[in-house]
Amino acid sequence: MKGEKSGIRFKTVLPWAAGGAVLFLWGASQLWPKFAFGERVGRSSLEMIREMAGILPVMFILVGLFEVWVPRKSIERFLGREAGWKAVPWLILLATVQAGPLYGAFPVALGLARKGCSPRNVFIYLGAFSTLKIPLLTFEVGFLGWQFSLARVLLSLPAFIIVGVLVDRLVPGWTPPEFVVSGGKTDLKPKAGQLGRGNP
Amino acid sequence: MIYLAVFTGTALLLSLVADRRKTWEGILFGARMFLKILPALVLMVVAVGLLLSALNPRFLESMFGGAGPVPFLAGLAVGAVALIPGFIAFPLAGLLRSNGVSTAVLAAFVTSLLMVGVVTLPLESRFFGQKAALWRNVLSLLAAAVVALAMSLVLT
Repeated sequence: MKGEKSGIRFKTVLPWAAGGAVLFLWGASQLWPKFAFGERVGRSSLEMIREMAGILPVMFILVGLFEVWVPRKSIERFLGREAGWKAVPWLILLATVQAGPLYGAFPVALGLARKGCSPRNVFIYLGAFSTLKIPLLTFEVGFLGWQFSLARVLLSLPAFIIVGVLVDRLVPGWTPPEFVVSGGKTDLKPKAGQLGRGNP
Repeated sequence: MIYLAVFTGTALLLSLVADRRKTWEGILFGARMFLKILPALVLMVVAVGLLLSALNPRFLESMFGGAGPVPFLAGLAVGAVALIPGFIAFPLAGLLRSNGVSTAVLAAFVTSLLMVGVVTLPLESRFFGQKAALWRNVLSLLAAAVVALAMSLVLT
């Protein structure tokens, strides 16, 4: 086992080393055409980057604008602890009108949490987003039939609500990680119990 | 996806008109968030690149075919690990069905694909903390299994 310090260093280096390895595999496939695996890895990585490039800038701008413009009170009122179960229809509505992969919802969910959306509702939102997006449903109905879609949606609905409730219970006192607003340096461990600037 | 971009563009314009400083602050907030999660994103791209080049329809068919708990569990496992956008996943599921893969296995594959993200776990941990991210994925996997079993009962 290595010490704490080298553990952190390993974590920092790993993503870049992995990225470098993919570049290397791709490069190798360009030199030796027989090495098709490298070519495939390179191509699917590029596809993934393209997908992210189409989604993430939009998401991060949206979350940034949300952060500076939306008053905390309004989110607290509709999605905070006091809102109770009345928040669930709002969460579902919010999730269904969105599009894109689940990782695009992470910044949005974090933005909501920073404005007073309760932990339970953050996790219910993620569940709703992952299962109920309308663009996704149209595809599903087209290829697997409406019976399949309907059964999946109706059965998933209670399932992700229960998951949200359980995650809230299992991680008591959850607060949004602070790393997104902490100056220039990267915190590996998010500090709990703080809220960022703009949230007096 | 396009309407979301249009919506964001409009919001950005309105925000610029209303308050330039505040808009800049918002954009900086988003950019900073992006930079902080960049390592996790790189890791995700690599994982997806490796996985997608290992998975292909014929391989999936050989894993998902037949009856019993093994293809069902394979569906859950592949769905949990893979990160496939809907516009590829559903045509693929349709293809698998027409090649004789059972509804239960398809349901297991689709529900766990949607609800569980092993590949995005590092990213999710960055956003929500390791503990919450782990629990959400573990519980979602269990939920996917239950939903898929119930679906196979309802649909047959």
